[in-house]
Amino acid sequence: MGHSVYLYILGMWAVSYLIRVLPLTLIRREITNKTIRSFLYYVPYVTLAVMTFPAILSATQSPISGALALVAGLALSWFGGSLFQVSVACCAIVFVAEFFIK
Amino acid sequence: MLTDRKKWFLKGLKDGIPIMLGYFAVSIALGISARNAGMTAPQATIASALIMASAGQYIGFTLIAAGASYLEVVVMEAIANARYLLMSTALSQKVDPALPLRHRLLMGLWITDEIFGVSVSVEGRLNPFYNYGMAAVATPGWALGTLVGVVLGNALPARVVSALSVGLFGMFMSIFVPPMRKNRVIAMLVAVSFAASYAMNALSLFDGISSGMKIIILTVAISLGAALLFPVKGEGAHGA
Repeated sequence: MGHSVYLYILGMWAVSYLIRVLPLTLIRREITNKTIRSFLYYVPYVTLAVMTFPAILSATQSPISGALALVAGLALSWFGGSLFQVSVACCAIVFVAEFFIK
Repeated sequence: MLTDRKKWFLKGLKDGIPIMLGYFAVSIALGISARNAGMTAPQATIASALIMASAGQYIGFTLIAAGASYLEVVVMEAIANARYLLMSTALSQKVDPALPLRHRLLMGLWITDEIFGVSVSVEGRLNPFYNYGMAAVATPGWALGTLVGVVLGNALPARVVSALSVGLFGMFMSIFVPPMRKNRVIAMLVAVSFAASYAMNALSLFDGISSGMKIIILTVAISLGAALLFPVKGEGAHGA
């Protein structure tokens, strides 16, 4: 490689940091536009939902264990499980399920 | 004020544990890809500790291996990480408008999908010390997992990696499911998001689009549609 790996890393870091920090530092006041406010209100839920499904099905060795973790996670969260509880329960279910499923 | 900071930092440390475990698992795969790209353990670990972006780093490592130019790597990095622009904008509305610049500069270092998702969903205003607490445990998880991936490669039992990697999704669910009970619009949006995301991943028409780009397209389209059809009234918009 004719390039320095550390220079690549520095470049990747710099551009990622700019993207992350610019809106947070430049937008200093409350946005009053109703549509933009509503849009930003919905963004976290939509983005988390989109990232969860169907990705969870391919994160595990078998889509079945991923699906079991999905159902368990949805149910446990619905009935008030905390972030930590839901997360650990999903891991445990996949760990146990994959004794039986490959 | 000091005790408030401490309280939020400690809460961040606790809520950061599942993030750390998930990151550890996911970044092992990233470490393996770094090794395949010909990077050394220190290089890959430093990259992870600084950049904290799964898709972004993966694309970067692949391009480095291919001997791409600096410009190409930087441009692809910007595209892969563009969703953080949205997240940073949402956080700008969630913090106290009087929050000093130094805290904004620090918070920006650790905007990841997971830290954003957890911090944006707190009641009321976001205290930056919550993010610092999460980052303090999540960053070592990400960096160490990468290191393990480079050093051990595929020697870890697949079932362990498999189990750890769903932890992140469990965390996501614990954030977006509870509001579905109280708010029908959010319940419907989650259903629409699942269906649209499934369709976009299943249809070969969208094969050429990276996963990071798919997330942006879906997030913008669905959230914008919802904002136009179901505008949020009054205070709700920053009380997410």
